[in-house]
Amino acid sequence: MRASDKSKLPALGDVRSTDHLSASGFPTRRQFLKNGGLALAGLTYGAAARADEPITWHSPGSGFSNYGQPDTENNRIIRWISENPAVPGDGVSWTPLHELEGTITPNGLHFERHHNGVPAVTADRWTLTVHGKVQRELAFDLESLHRYPFESRISFIECGGNSNALWQPTPVQAAAGYLHGLVSCAEWTGIRLSTLLAEAGLDERGRWVIADGYDASGVTVSLPVDKCLDDVLLVLLQNGEPLRRENGYPARLLVPGWEGIVNLKWLRSLQVSDRPLWSKFDTVSYTDLHKDGLAERMTFTMGVKSLITSPSAGQALSERGYYEIRGLAWSGAGPVAGVDVSADGGKSWYEAVLQEPVLDKSLTRFRAPWAWDGEARVLMSRAYDSAGNRQPTRRALIDAKGSNVYHHYNAIVAWEVAGDGTISHVYA
Amino acid sequence: MGQFLTSMPESCKLCCKGGRIPASLWLMSGALLLSVQNMLWASESVSTEDVPVLGQALTADQRSALPVHVFADGEGLPPGEGTAEQGAQLYAQLCSGCHGSAGQGGRALELVGDRSLLNTEFPDRGIAVYWPNAPTLYEYIYRAMPPDKPASLDPEQMYSLIAYLLQLNDLLPEDGVMNAAVLRDIVMPNHAGFITIAE
Repeated sequence: MRASDKSKLPALGDVRSTDHLSASGFPTRRQFLKNGGLALAGLTYGAAARADEPITWHSPGSGFSNYGQPDTENNRIIRWISENPAVPGDGVSWTPLHELEGTITPNGLHFERHHNGVPAVTADRWTLTVHGKVQRELAFDLESLHRYPFESRISFIECGGNSNALWQPTPVQAAAGYLHGLVSCAEWTGIRLSTLLAEAGLDERGRWVIADGYDASGVTVSLPVDKCLDDVLLVLLQNGEPLRRENGYPARLLVPGWEGIVNLKWLRSLQVSDRPLWSKFDTVSYTDLHKDGLAERMTFTMGVKSLITSPSAGQALSERGYYEIRGLAWSGAGPVAGVDVSADGGKSWYEAVLQEPVLDKSLTRFRAPWAWDGEARVLMSRAYDSAGNRQPTRRALIDAKGSNVYHHYNAIVAWEVAGDGTISHVYA
Repeated sequence: MGQFLTSMPESCKLCCKGGRIPASLWLMSGALLLSVQNMLWASESVSTEDVPVLGQALTADQRSALPVHVFADGEGLPPGEGTAEQGAQLYAQLCSGCHGSAGQGGRALELVGDRSLLNTEFPDRGIAVYWPNAPTLYEYIYRAMPPDKPASLDPEQMYSLIAYLLQLNDLLPEDGVMNAAVLRDIVMPNHAGFITIAE
C-alpha cells in the first residue's frame, strides 16, 4: 500500500458499521479483497478554496542554506541521552524510533554508545595499521583508502544491550525509542575488509582479527577472520557523507547483523591473530549470563525482532477509528520474512505489509490498517526471518534464559491502549 | 588533466565567501559542464577486478605505536612487579570513589562478590565471580582506568593494583607479589563458566 492511499480507507475508520472488521479491528479477508487489497477507488475531492489563498503565495520565501537543519516545528525530534554521572562519556543516546518513519536513520539521530567519550581524531592524524599474522604489516591513510573500490550497504546496527530495560520484572514506562532505540539503520559506504586483508596477505595461522580504536575506553574486540572476509566493511561514509564523529569518524567497522560493540568505531588497528584476545569486551561485558550460572560469549548475531513504533507508549489515540499500525522489524540472520500484528494481546494475528525493498540485515518497515473500537486493546507485533527464526514471547525468552542475560532482548513488545486512548508499555 | 579539486583553492575563497558561489560562476556553469565531460575519459585501462595497492610498510614510529595487547594467556604482559600494599594506596586514591571501599561497588560495578549467587536472581559480577582470565585485568585496566586519565599507569602501578584486587578476591595471599608470571598462572574460578557461541 502506498502512503497516498491512506485517505482511501474511509470505510475502515467507520466503526459504526463493523461488519468489515475483525473483532480486534483489522479488515477481514473478505473486506480486504473487496477493497482490492487496500487500493480503493472512487475518492472525490472538494472544490478548491479560492478565498483564502495562502499568504506564502504573495511574498518570496527564505533563502538557501549550506547545510539543512530540521524545521523548527520538528526540531523536538532528538536523541535522549542516558549517561553515567561519574563518567559522562560512558552512556548512550537513543534513536527516537517513535518519531521517525521509513528505515533510514538520519545521521544526527543515529544511536550512540560510547564507553569513554568521542575522541577528536582528525583525518590527517588518522592511520589504520594491519599487523600481526600477515605477510606484510601495512599502514593506510585516509586519502589512500578513498581510492579503493567502494561498496555501499544498507544495514542496521543494534547495541547488544538494546531493550535491556525489558529484562526488568515490571514494564518501564518510556517511549518506544527510549526503550528500543539503540538500533539505527544507514547506508554505509566503504571498502571491503577482505580487500585490505588480502593486500596484507593473511598468514595461514591468522584466524582472528583484533580490532582496536582511538578512543579512551579500551574497547577492543576479537572477530573471526571468516566473517571479516565475508561481509565486513571498513566504513568511511554514512548516508553519503563522512561518518559523524559520534559514529566513528574517520573510519569504523560495519559487521552486518552482529551486535553493535564489534562494529568498532574510530578504528586504529587490526591485529591478525591465531586466537581471540579474550578482552574484557569479549569475556565480561557483552556476555550473557543464563539462569544456570553459565554465560554465553561471542553471541554476535542479533536475533529477529520487531516493535510497533506507532501507536506506541506515551502516545495517545484521540478518537475511535482508523489508525495505521507502523513498526520496524529486523534480524541479524537475514532478511525479514514476515511480520504479524495483533490488537488483542496475541490471541489473533493479522499479516502486516512489508515496505519494499526488504533488505538483508536492514531495518524493515511494516504497516497494517487498523481501526480502534474505543475498547482497551493490547497491540503487539511478531517477526520472522528468512533463516526460520521467530521472535519469541517474553515468557518464552525468560523461561529459556532467565532474566540476568542483560543483552539480546528480542521478545515481542506489547503496548496497551486504554479506553481513554492513552498508551502504555505492558508485559502481555 | 584528470586532477579534480577536492577543496577550494585559497584564491577562490576570495570571492566564494561563506560557502557561496559568486554570480559569475553561476552564469558560466553550463560551459563548465561541457569541458568537464571532455576531461572525464581516462587513459588508463582498468577492470573491476583491479584494486589499488596503497598500504605502506610500517615506519619505525608506527611499529612502536602498535597496541601491545595482553592476551588472556598472559602474552603481552610487560616486565615489572608490584605489591598489594602499594596497590591498596593506589586503589584508595584512584578507584574507591566509584568502585567503593575494598571493591564493594558504588557508582561503578562491584569488584568483589559472591560466586554462589551466579545462578540466582541477583548475581554479583565481581572479578573472581565472573572474569574468566586474570591477565585481561591488565589489558582492560591499563587502557580504560581511571576513566578521567586512562592509559596512565606504569607497570609497577598496574601490577600493584592488580595484586590488591586479586587479594580482595582471595586469589592472592596478602604478602603476595604480582608480576607477569604470577598473573599468568592464576586460575580464575569462572574460567570454565562460558560457552562460546562465535559463528
